[in-house]
Amino acid sequence: MNPTNYLYISALLFTIGAIGVVVRRNAIVVFMCIELMLNAANLSFVTFARMNGNLDGQVVAFFTMVVAACEVVVGLAIIVTIYRSRRSASVDDASLLRR
Amino acid sequence: MPESVLFWIMGPLAVVAALGMLLVKKAVHSALLLAWVMITLAFFYIAQGALFLGIVQIVVYTGAVMMLFLFILMLVGVDASDSLTETIRGLRPIAITAAIGFGGLMVSLIGRATLGRESVGLDQANAAGNVEGLAYQLFSTYVFPFEAVSALLITAAMGAMVLAHHQREVPRSTQRDLSEQRFRSGSLATAAGLPGPGVFARHNAVDVPALLPDGTPAPASISETLRTRGDMIDSSQFQLDQVNTEVTEEK
Repeated sequence: MNPTNYLYISALLFTIGAIGVVVRRNAIVVFMCIELMLNAANLSFVTFARMNGNLDGQVVAFFTMVVAACEVVVGLAIIVTIYRSRRSASVDDASLLRR
Repeated sequence: MPESVLFWIMGPLAVVAALGMLLVKKAVHSALLLAWVMITLAFFYIAQGALFLGIVQIVVYTGAVMMLFLFILMLVGVDASDSLTETIRGLRPIAITAAIGFGGLMVSLIGRATLGRESVGLDQANAAGNVEGLAYQLFSTYVFPFEAVSALLITAAMGAMVLAHHQREVPRSTQRDLSEQRFRSGSLATAAGLPGPGVFARHNAVDVPALLPDGTPAPASISETLRTRGDMIDSSQFQLDQVNTEVTEEK
């Protein structure tokens, strides 16, 4: 099978994740959409590794996973801190700096 | 051939699940759909010769990351559903138009771009085993990024600990303080504490309001959480004159 098909799936998943980041308002759902985008990029890396016949793409995908894990840890800690002070996980409510 | 069967079954399912993530109202359902997408991607990785990444995808993403997400969802409140009304006017049409443009651009780009040669496949690179090959790369070419990433992980763990740390600003009120507060605020009716739940001698579960001397139920005897959730049983059914006193014989 032509590996390019995986790239199409990856592009679609990335696009869907991007819509989610803009449209959804629950901070946790926004976060999950970011995870979806990172995963889509990972799929591209793995596919390119296969197309080029070396493992560099897989190593980069591995690094992306580690960075995504760090991002989740810090991001969720921030969400919990915001929730603790404002009793809401909606991204629209955290607009204190604007006023 | 088995790979294309796998692809054409799992691929559309992954896209449908990702679209579902945008459309469902509850964050928990979004999390479950995302877990499904991640499992699908793990299948894709394994099908493409990335055995190690496929396993790591399941262990790290669907195992650890999604567990963390669900944990935070439980903390924030599972029932807190996202209202799907848009707050910024015109945001949604603009976002969808832009996304269609971006997706179309990406798809047409992928469709037109060529590598200049046939896809090589990983048979040669994986000849000594996928894990061995990755380990060789990781500890030779990519050893400095690897160290940097380990520093990043430690920093992230420290950051999460600092963010989650909560320092008490006022000292914890003692039993004496609470007692004085009860006597000085409000009425003396609750100074001796709230009534306990249950209709004594008939039913004393925590979801049954106590009966006052005049026969009316006392809602204050029930925990606030149970009251707001509506998990209360009508206590009048346990009043003595309401109860069927005939004892049915049990086998």
